[in-house]
Amino acid sequence: MESPLLQIKDLHKSYGSLEVLKGIDFSVSKGEKVAVIGPSGSGKSTCLRCVNFLEKPSRGHIILDGERVGVKPGSDRLMSDAELAPQRAQMGMVFQLFYLWPHLTVLENVSIGLRKVQGVPSNEASEIAMDMLEKVHLGNKANTFPGLLSGGQQQRVAIARALAQRPKLLLFDEPTSALDPELVGEVLNVIQELADEGRTMLLVTHEINFARDIADRVIFMDGGVVVEEGPARELITNPQAERTRVFLSKIEK
Amino acid sequence: MIEFLEVYVKYGSQWFPRMADAALVSASLAFAGFIVAFAIGLMLSIFQRSPLRLLRFVATIYVVVFRGIPLLAILFLLYFGLPGIGVTMSAFTASAVGLGLSFGAQMAEVFRAGLEAIHRGQREAAIAVGMTPLQAFRFVTLPQAVRIISPSMLVTFIVLLKDSSLCALITVNELMLEGRALATEYFLPLNIFVAIGVFYFLIAWPLSLLARTMDARIRAKQTRTL
Ligand SMILES: Nc1ncnc2c1ncn2[C@@H]1O[C@H](COP(=O)(O)OP(=O)(O)OP(=O)(O)O)[C@@H](O)[C@H]1O
Ligand SMILES: [Mg+2]
Repeated sequence: MESPLLQIKDLHKSYGSLEVLKGIDFSVSKGEKVAVIGPSGSGKSTCLRCVNFLEKPSRGHIILDGERVGVKPGSDRLMSDAELAPQRAQMGMVFQLFYLWPHLTVLENVSIGLRKVQGVPSNEASEIAMDMLEKVHLGNKANTFPGLLSGGQQQRVAIARALAQRPKLLLFDEPTSALDPELVGEVLNVIQELADEGRTMLLVTHEINFARDIADRVIFMDGGVVVEEGPARELITNPQAERTRVFLSKIEK
Repeated sequence: MIEFLEVYVKYGSQWFPRMADAALVSASLAFAGFIVAFAIGLMLSIFQRSPLRLLRFVATIYVVVFRGIPLLAILFLLYFGLPGIGVTMSAFTASAVGLGLSFGAQMAEVFRAGLEAIHRGQREAAIAVGMTPLQAFRFVTLPQAVRIISPSMLVTFIVLLKDSSLCALITVNELMLEGRALATEYFLPLNIFVAIGVFYFLIAWPLSLLARTMDARIRAKQTRTL
């Protein structure tokens, strides 16, 4: 059997004496969509941020496409941020608060990574960026500045920016939870379309219904551990663990 | 009052061209000093954010030391002191370097404030698309910081311009020195130094207006992005 695209093995993370992740293990196969759910403070964001080493794990392995992330091959030495850059470029990340760059136009926000990281010539980079903007239905906003866009539009630009990396894996950290309710739909629709294209996704979300519809598998985290994981529909409609049941019943209210 | 102004009608054609020339020297001196201060300040602010403790230490020491030494002491040291160990510079060069060294420390603080005003998610997003820390700084953090801090940089420039008058004491023929020369020639120090003051003001005032407009524009443009 083909080995999974992403493997997380025995992942630990502490901030000082606070142990936030207490040994996380799971993997994501190519083309699979995995949703991570769980109460606030359970370590979902931390786990996601450890995948691309925005946080340095205290212990454990992250393996992307057979290659250990953040650690020099053949040694145990951690990579510097500069050394990590090519690995990070293989993973697109979408943040809760978008973090578009306000001094660049929408098109530049999407194309700058292509130009500066991937070394794509300027014209070609703009063309690819434009395609990505079309994908998130914002081709007409290419030359405006992000500050003039609604939250939903900003998040779609952020998604286009991640897509422009031509990533092996997309990481979403609660992409809709900073949005006004009426803007959530447009972002979820875009994510749904990407899912339909067969992209590999790891998605932290509070939108349980969305997780059930879009994900192949759901992981329920609490207190820094994976409490339960399973096929999306099954886990959400018929959770096995008591903690999962309590969490889901609170959310459904 | 009338008599006071009549002096300018009488001597203006002799004074003003010389003052204007000297004002140009003052402005170029301030500009040269500012460039040096900018470079030093930028370097220090990069050091301050470095993961290497040694660089952070160097930056801290620099700021502490150069904030503690009066500009005049630095100027004297460079112009009168260094020749003692075989390093000679023209008065203008020594002044530009001295102003730069001294204001570099202030500029570092200006940069620091600007960099801290930028949400850390900005840099994270850059790192996440695969930029190196240097690229993230160059393409994401720095351009935003420069926008945020340009009003305070202009204000720093104005202070630097005014302090460049001290360079008269190491014989740079800028406005103050020209003023003193004129005062000994014409025995009209009150008129002459008032005029010198006006020249400084004429350079500084438009700049401070510009700083205020820029500040207002930046405030108005506070966008909803983080
Ligand atoms: N940089 C940090 N320093 C110290 N503690 C941190 C840091 N980042 C996160 N934590 C702590 O780690 C724990 C897990 O945080 P995390 O953000 O991963 O939770 P989460 O599951 O994403 O929660 P939410 O649903 O609210 O986003 C929390 O207790 C948080 O306070
Ligand atoms: Mg979170």
